[in-house]
Amino acid sequence: MRFAVSMLSVLGVASIIGTVLKQNEPYENYIIKFGQFWFEAFEMLGLYDVYHALWFLLILLFLVISTSLCIYRNTPLMLKEWKTFKEQATEKSLRAFSHQASYATQGASEQAQTKLTDYLTGQSFRYQLKPQANGDVLIAAKAGTHQRLGYIFTHAAIVIICFGGILDGNLPFKVQEMLGNKKIEVLDIPESQVPEISRLNMDNPSFRANMTLPEGMSDDVAFVRVRDGYLVQELPFRVALKDFRIEHYATGQPKSFESDLIITDPDLDKPLEKTISVNHPLIYKGIAIYQSDFQDGGSTLKFKVWDLTSKEMLNGEIDGVVAKKGTLGPPDQTLTVEFNEFRKFNIMNLSADGKGKPRNVGPNTTYKLRDKSGQAREYVSYMQPLQLDGKAYFVSGMRETVQEDFRYLRVPADDDLTIEGFMRLRNVLTNPDKQREIAKRLSQNSNTTDANLRSQFELSVMRLLATFAEGGFTQLSQVIEKAVPEAERQKAADTYFKLLNASAFEAYNMVLAEQKKPEMALNPKSVSYLQDALNAMNDLFYYGTPYYFQLEDFEHKEASGLQLTKSPGQKWVYLGSALLVLGIFAMFYIRERRIWLLLKANTQEVLFAMSSNRKNLDFDQEFERTKQQLAQVLSV
Amino acid sequence: MNTQTYDFKPKSIWQTLRVQDWLYAVALMAGAFFAFSQYSDYMDAYELGFLFGAAITFSYLGWRWKGLAKLVVGVAVLSLFAINLYHGDQARAGQVFFLKYLISSQSAVMWMNVLFIFAMLTYWFAMFKRSDFAGRVASALTWSAVLFGFVGLMVRWYESYLIAPEVGHIPISNLYEVFILFCLITALLYLHYEDKFNTKQLGGFVLLIINAGVGFILWYKFDRGADAIQPLVPALQSYWMKIHVPANFIGYGAFSLAAMVASAYLLAKKGILATRLPSLDVLDDVMYKSIAVGFAFFTIATILGAMWAAEAWGGYWSWDPKETWALIVWLNYAAWLHLRMVKGLRGPVLAWWALVGLIVTTFAFLGVNMFLSGLHSYGEL
Ligand code: HEM
Repeated sequence: MRFAVSMLSVLGVASIIGTVLKQNEPYENYIIKFGQFWFEAFEMLGLYDVYHALWFLLILLFLVISTSLCIYRNTPLMLKEWKTFKEQATEKSLRAFSHQASYATQGASEQAQTKLTDYLTGQSFRYQLKPQANGDVLIAAKAGTHQRLGYIFTHAAIVIICFGGILDGNLPFKVQEMLGNKKIEVLDIPESQVPEISRLNMDNPSFRANMTLPEGMSDDVAFVRVRDGYLVQELPFRVALKDFRIEHYATGQPKSFESDLIITDPDLDKPLEKTISVNHPLIYKGIAIYQSDFQDGGSTLKFKVWDLTSKEMLNGEIDGVVAKKGTLGPPDQTLTVEFNEFRKFNIMNLSADGKGKPRNVGPNTTYKLRDKSGQAREYVSYMQPLQLDGKAYFVSGMRETVQEDFRYLRVPADDDLTIEGFMRLRNVLTNPDKQREIAKRLSQNSNTTDANLRSQFELSVMRLLATFAEGGFTQLSQVIEKAVPEAERQKAADTYFKLLNASAFEAYNMVLAEQKKPEMALNPKSVSYLQDALNAMNDLFYYGTPYYFQLEDFEHKEASGLQLTKSPGQKWVYLGSALLVLGIFAMFYIRERRIWLLLKANTQEVLFAMSSNRKNLDFDQEFERTKQQLAQVLSV
Repeated sequence: MNTQTYDFKPKSIWQTLRVQDWLYAVALMAGAFFAFSQYSDYMDAYELGFLFGAAITFSYLGWRWKGLAKLVVGVAVLSLFAINLYHGDQARAGQVFFLKYLISSQSAVMWMNVLFIFAMLTYWFAMFKRSDFAGRVASALTWSAVLFGFVGLMVRWYESYLIAPEVGHIPISNLYEVFILFCLITALLYLHYEDKFNTKQLGGFVLLIINAGVGFILWYKFDRGADAIQPLVPALQSYWMKIHVPANFIGYGAFSLAAMVASAYLLAKKGILATRLPSLDVLDDVMYKSIAVGFAFFTIATILGAMWAAEAWGGYWSWDPKETWALIVWLNYAAWLHLRMVKGLRGPVLAWWALVGLIVTTFAFLGVNMFLSGLHSYGEL
């Protein structure tokens, strides 16, 4: 018995492992997390897929066997207890009961006997009469013995459920794998090239496989993920995706995912059309098809690309397809662009205190720029400007590894809500010829008339702008640190800062003049725009690439993620579950009680004994009540 | 004397019913039929089953336990009154006096919180003063807290439809809502045992865990703003939720109750408060009974969860962390029951085990959402 408890504990502890360590992640993640040594050690122990590891299956098997043995051993006993009235009890044994009493009776013993059996029947006890050799009569009664069936039901249920689970598990594959008949495929190759050894045919009794179908496509195989590889599961029919839809609530959260499927099968007169959605699968030929998730099915993206190294305000275009690659840049420094993801809806909470309502901020896209040596940085870029603290910014994030969070660059949007104002401003501020003009304008604005002072001033403005163009605020502060004694640095910095702002103002007016637009008014809004622009220019030094991608247009194409399962064990599991519930209620809420009444022929005595297989308060109370009631029954 | 004078035959439930019991059941059925006549177009077969199933279940439970019948009537009257005050306009929650201060869902839940706190203080006071009267006040406070809590949930259910008909859903869909449910179910289970065994001395203990829940609700509301009604993600749009979640919380509530009784048991065993607490036998019995209830319902809940998973995720068992922890909780109490049933073990070991069981249960309930990720789509902190 200690054994059953230990086994339950072992199973519990073993199950914990798989919840602490995230299961079935791509193996690179584990290597990064644990390092090569521990990665291999854990892999040997099967910790990345604990619940299908051999040792875990063995624990389960052990549980099934021991529970079966337990049933085998105990069932005859339980059935005996279930049937018997225990009419063999002797006077001596009854007198040894902890719950017993005796009464004196008057009148004929037959009369007492009738009264007692009537009483027992009234209490829903069933009884048997057993005349004793010495003329006494024993009434042996019982109630609630169905409780004993509870034991059989619960424990049989455990076995049945595990049996069903095993039918649906991957044991057949595991055996085949060990025999060398099957092998997982780990290479990312077209499905048609996957060799026979990694394919499961249509007779495979149970599987849980995935299929990703872009709109307008069809397929007749699905993929079973196993550890760091997969198997190809062939299907007895072909599934086509006509349309995939996501509906949203007014708040932007997803409300439903639906796929319009068409099943074609030689066994069908005409194709079967059916819409599935989350919680509403389609079952055909014993295979259930579920809506599980969705992905991009190859959306086409159109970007405007700004080259920030160019002296000109150079911008080009690049088109991409999600999950495909493109190239960029001059031949000697070609970058590969990997278009990873496109999301049409992004629900975010942008309010400053985080208490506002989340809303949809429009599409974004994630891409990687990989240089020739294979180094890659990942970028995420929002198509529309985001409202942050009441101002509009074009936001794009960069990170060097997947473990990091994105660091965001915020480029202020101009009055037309485009990024162009910033790009033009930046171009002016970094162009030496324009820098000279800015310096001239500033010195004209100043009150000095001394030509010497003015040319000195212009020179220092130009130096300032050149420094900023070269290395942003960091460079500037280095210059200050070198040239200015510590006590005056703050003042110098403030002066530079003011000059920089004033330059940006002039530069922006030059930009506007070029475009034949009216001059910028000097107000808090324009000041903060210029400030943000300078900050963004500074942050671009940390952006990791000279190319700024601005998503201009897209054509969204979705792919539906389907899950296909065949689970012949499910009926068994449900049957077992029903038995389990029945059994548990029987064990808890049917109370087995037995009563013996021995009518002594010659001493006019009735001996009363009562027992239950569960000794508790309820039983004590029932004994007391029965004792009193019997006294009354016998006294009248 | 004749043999007709004694009749110990237990009465069947039909024989015990009085006029008001029949009225109660008829009112419930009438309510169900009214709902049917108004809304049957929006309900599927399962939901119709639940509607009439609920009317029958609550009739029966109300017959067996009169306190519950009063509660059901109270909840119905107050909720209908509140709904009537809305005139279909959500904004009135902040304008109409009764809604603003008493029975809009937010106010009613706040009243529940406050009443639970007062109830706990009163139970402890009653125990130290050995005051019967204070004990009765504490019970009344607990009953009122439960009343307000259920009114809060009912009105919240209605309010969710005011946001937009497509948003409307039963308020057991996120951590904030199920915490309210947890407090209510634990309190009801306790009140049931209190009625049955007259164990008011245990109230202070049980309300400790309920008030831990209240603390969480307050923190979650004020710090995280989690009390806003959110629409359901697709995975939760299923009739299964309506039975799976309550069954689970009967389990969690009963296990928590058992753990609090176990702590009282351990104190009494050490002689602390022993003269004020019920006898060890009674404590042991209540602990066992509530673990039994918890185990039965937790089993059902897990099975319902598996059936739901089979419909939503494509498999009845995916070893998702929440599922796995449900199994661990289940195994833990199966072991507890084996020790008691089969080895006949009693006493402090089982009480300690029940306390540790609470930690395991809490982890399954909260910890999984906080520390582990998985398919279960509600209740991230
Ligand atoms: C997966 C393993 C098992 C599970 C989940 C399980 C579950 C249960 C449950 C839920 C009960 C009901 C306790 C109660 O009536 O309150 C029980 C009782 C019992 N179990 Fe197990 N059990 C398991 C394995 C075993 C094994 C291996 C044995 C044999 C050594 C065993 C022997 C018993 C016995 C004798 C009872 C008491 C029956 C009675 O007194 O009516 N169990 N079990």
